[in-house]
Amino acid sequence: MNIQNLFKIAIKALGNNKMRCFLTMLGVIIGVGAVIAMLAIGQGSKNSIKAQISEMGSNMIMIMPGAERRGGVRQSSDDMQTLKPADYEAIVSQATGIAHITPTVSSSGQWVNGNNNYPSQAQGVNTQYLDIRQRKVAEGEMFTEADVKTAAKVCILGKTLVDNLFPDGSDPIGKVVRFGSIPLTVIGVLDEKGYNTMGQDQDDLALVPYTTVMKRMLAIDYLQGIQASAIDENRTEETIEEITDILRTQHKLREDQEDNFTIRSMQELAQMISSTSSMMTVLLACVAGISLLVGGIGIMNIMIVSVTERTREIGLRMSIGATGKDIMTQFLIEAIIISVTGGILGILTGAIATWMIKLFAHWPVQIDPSSVILSFVVCTAIGIIFGFYPAAKASNLDPIEAIRYE
Amino acid sequence: MAKEIIKIENLKRYFKVGDETVKALRGVSFTIYEGEFVTIMGTSGSGKSTLLNTLGCLDTPTSGEYYLDGIAVKGMGKNERARIRNRKIGFIFQNYNLLPKTTALENVELPLLYNSSVSAKERSERAEKCLREVGLGERLFHKSNQMSGGQQQRVAIARALVNNPVIILADEATGNLDTRTSFSILTLFQRLYKEGKTIIFVTHNPEIALYSSRNIMLRDGHIVSDEYNSDIKSAEEVYRNLPEEND
Repeated sequence: MNIQNLFKIAIKALGNNKMRCFLTMLGVIIGVGAVIAMLAIGQGSKNSIKAQISEMGSNMIMIMPGAERRGGVRQSSDDMQTLKPADYEAIVSQATGIAHITPTVSSSGQWVNGNNNYPSQAQGVNTQYLDIRQRKVAEGEMFTEADVKTAAKVCILGKTLVDNLFPDGSDPIGKVVRFGSIPLTVIGVLDEKGYNTMGQDQDDLALVPYTTVMKRMLAIDYLQGIQASAIDENRTEETIEEITDILRTQHKLREDQEDNFTIRSMQELAQMISSTSSMMTVLLACVAGISLLVGGIGIMNIMIVSVTERTREIGLRMSIGATGKDIMTQFLIEAIIISVTGGILGILTGAIATWMIKLFAHWPVQIDPSSVILSFVVCTAIGIIFGFYPAAKASNLDPIEAIRYE
Repeated sequence: MAKEIIKIENLKRYFKVGDETVKALRGVSFTIYEGEFVTIMGTSGSGKSTLLNTLGCLDTPTSGEYYLDGIAVKGMGKNERARIRNRKIGFIFQNYNLLPKTTALENVELPLLYNSSVSAKERSERAEKCLREVGLGERLFHKSNQMSGGQQQRVAIARALVNNPVIILADEATGNLDTRTSFSILTLFQRLYKEGKTIIFVTHNPEIALYSSRNIMLRDGHIVSDEYNSDIKSAEEVYRNLPEEND
């Protein structure tokens, strides 16, 4: 008996029960479709998070004062004042793997222009901030190193601030606005960036020389943080180690003492976020996988019914010379045809569903080829596994009894 | 001397049903030669079905010897028996057992599908030839459920002929048919007999023995008579003389 003939027989048998065959397939179609769509959503959101993070600068390194927080342990305010301008200068002069670096200090308060006011932040940075965050001054100019040195009373406004402080649309450049009680001259406007993945308005800020924030606004002698960008994204880890060494020397920490600062890279952050989204993807895929399993059980169910219903046919086939193996192969092929055809249709359904999600819900989606291959393999496996029992049952029938079965 | 097609010696078949042992065949011996048309007759419980299953290689005897076309069947495995059924035996059943929603041609091709040495072309040619032989040359592509009982049985006979078997085993082949159709089928059997085919026809209907060349009577698992029929009646004559029903 050759396989080709068995295929013909199996297809013929399925053709005799088109409706039932389709309904059985439907279980697999929905299962596979769901798996494909869920994985596409998961992969899509992961990709979009990655893209946004790399837009922010995947080579970014953030240095924060204080040891890494564990659990809910609060740290004293002293611990949060460990980063000094001297540390910043030490990093600037000693670190080799850093492209750009800026200290950061920020102050919250009310921005006022005439009778318009808006609550926001004054971000104290140096001139390299723009390079690190990959932003530009759209109108006017960035403040200079000289402004930083002299703690000049100048600011660069974000678009949101401009809209709120100058609602009449007048040109803000050259105007004097107040932050709390401190008057600052607007010398530039930042480019518009909109909201980021976390829903933060990236235009709701104003840049001020960090020295101005430290001396004139907060009256502090420490930095709230340092942001830097590594020369090479792939060397971020080494750069972090380098900075750690510099800061430990600066802070005169002994071997047995823990770091009193924390260094994070954007890559770590990206990993954190994508691991959360991976978990969601796995959960969604599990739910979808369960429906695929149910589809498989549907196949088994129908195949068992089919074997019982076709007992006489099986008896006849055996009495005219089909071996148990022939019968088994025939029923296995039937199950596999159902599951594989269902799988292919399911992949199409999943692709269409994914496309619809993209079209109507505007979610970022991406169909991973590996998920297509995976579903296909799983489908075939399901056909074999769930087809096996009914097929074995059919092949073990006694032809004498089977042929007289009523 | 004609060739021995079937030779059984002291064939016994016992079944265990619960604690009891049912002795379906209690030592049956006979030899059937090429070209014979044998009816095996007996009431229900006489062991004729068991004998048929054994002769058809569907069942194995508890003891005794069985040679089919010179081959010892006893001791064969399941797969070997399936193969011998496929190559040497043609089965005809009371309820036709055609595949539903399947054309006459495909039904007749079926035994050849399980024989990989037959090509697709040869398969359909042989099936078509057999259907013409049984008078269904015009109905090759009719589906089994579109045909009358007599036609279905003709398809079943064609299916039994398609593998050129050494023996045709018919089990109550006319049992489901009205008298007129029964005689038309019997006529067909007689024609096959005249062409030299070896036929075993199992039935409980004593009338049929008149149309065969030899009759074996079974009772309670024993042979009670084994007689040659020197005066074979012609089924065709009876068929011609039967009035056509016009209802």
